[in-house]
Amino acid sequence: MPADFIISLYVFVLAGFVGFGVIQRVSRLLHTPLMSLTNALDAVVVVAAMIIAGRRETELAVILGTIAVAASFSNAVGGFIITERMLRMFKLDGSKKS
Amino acid sequence: MSPNAAHIITEFAYLAASVLFIFSLKWLSSPETARRGVRAGEIGMVIAILATLAATGIIEYRWILIGLAIGGAVGVPLGFVKTTAVPQRTALSHSFGALAAALIGISEYYANPLHHTKFGMIEIALEVIIGSLTFTGSLIAAGKLQEILPQRPITYRGQNIVSLSVLSAAVILGITLMFRPGLTILFPIMVGVSLVFGVLLVTPIGGADMPTVISLLNSYAGLADALLGFVLSSKVLIIAGALDGSSGFILSVIMCKAMNRSFTNVLFGAFGQVKAGAGAAAEERTVRSATPEDAADILKASSSVVIVPGYGMAVAQAQHKVRELYDILTRQGVNVTFGVHPVAGRMPGHMNVLLAEADIPYDKLLDMDQVNSDMPQTDVALVIGANDVTNPAARTDTSSPIYGMPIIDVDKARIVMVIKRSLSPGFAGIDNPLYYMDKTLMLFGDAKSFVGEIVRELQGGHQF
Repeated sequence: MPADFIISLYVFVLAGFVGFGVIQRVSRLLHTPLMSLTNALDAVVVVAAMIIAGRRETELAVILGTIAVAASFSNAVGGFIITERMLRMFKLDGSKKS
Repeated sequence: MSPNAAHIITEFAYLAASVLFIFSLKWLSSPETARRGVRAGEIGMVIAILATLAATGIIEYRWILIGLAIGGAVGVPLGFVKTTAVPQRTALSHSFGALAAALIGISEYYANPLHHTKFGMIEIALEVIIGSLTFTGSLIAAGKLQEILPQRPITYRGQNIVSLSVLSAAVILGITLMFRPGLTILFPIMVGVSLVFGVLLVTPIGGADMPTVISLLNSYAGLADALLGFVLSSKVLIIAGALDGSSGFILSVIMCKAMNRSFTNVLFGAFGQVKAGAGAAAEERTVRSATPEDAADILKASSSVVIVPGYGMAVAQAQHKVRELYDILTRQGVNVTFGVHPVAGRMPGHMNVLLAEADIPYDKLLDMDQVNSDMPQTDVALVIGANDVTNPAARTDTSSPIYGMPIIDVDKARIVMVIKRSLSPGFAGIDNPLYYMDKTLMLFGDAKSFVGEIVRELQGGHQF
């Protein structure tokens, strides 16, 4: 079994525990923003896509990489915008939107 | 800068991004700190992207910039959809995320098809299978939510066997590739079969189960990302994927509990759909109906009111009228709160966003347990556009398809008022005995105009 895999597995298991701990404390009010935010964070695959699109290895890699950059970056942009928009709506005093 | 120094800087940048991502979710624990959480996530993302642009190995920036430009052009409008459209936007973004993960996995396979180790190959195969099925499954879910595709479950005889066979085919192809990674012909077949399975997985699921399906696809999308992190040995991908995956998993469990469905039932794509009962015998039962004036008089005379909204309220665009009702009753000293069932709306937490958008203060939005414990001391429970989640048959009638589902106990309030177009059963086709109780007043009409009329009555009374 490759050593890389073991390290990855450790990271995965520990990050999973952190995820459970943190996300269980997320207010139930905010479950929709939670989903759009985790979605935006997940878009960090854009870094892998950029490397593939920019390595100039094969034509196929450049094409797939470019599509992957576009797909994941749209999630980052759209996810952060909509999360911020939704969170702005949650107010205590019910005063008019700014 | 030497390649080695660049590499170290990139790795530290990824570590910083990972830490910021964790803080981002941690700050979502309360509405006061939540926006700081978005900021942390954004900074983490920018750090990761800039560090990658500076990384060694990138020699051609043109296609990256084109990809980023297209992504930005698509992402900005997707960030500005209406709140009622957030569920389909979310499903679409799961689909994009899974697409990106699958494409990168595919590219990794073709980078060197003859030299994958068994271990490396099985990681790639698993990642590409999950990414592909999440891509098409989420597209179908988005289509159903956008009502491009039929909302009702599409089922046929032997469906489970067909779907499971397709999934098995994908897995067998993956295992074959593990032993013979050079059989390049098998790889596109495996991708195709996985894409088909995604369609088969979500097509049979009805609109009422969408909150669970979205959460589950969220979890799959996270898992695909984490697996991609394994393939590329990228820790930041593993961490982001694990966070997203565990978030989707927790939300799926909450949705399952709220619908009294077992987790295995949902994990396998809710194959064993509960069939709605064949309609209770249409015995003669009396229903008491009331006018807006009656309703206004009762609300005015009460000291505590719980409003139970369902997705019907959002469909009728009634939330702003409901806010007016909330305002006027609160001014008159009535304590008004909202009881939000976990599956109200089309995705987890959706109803809270719709109510917050209508400027209802979030401390008035209570979850099911909070509101149920206060229900016996509540004067009026006002149900707007909700049906199954208030059905007392879920507590008492063992033959009911929704028996065992936790509900908001509106029948325990002193008076129940239900705004509804007609007595016809709701989406699930289940009869609701709540409507025939002595303490229940049916307010027949469109939610928006009926609430508007109640508000007008209350305002009229106030002027004298």
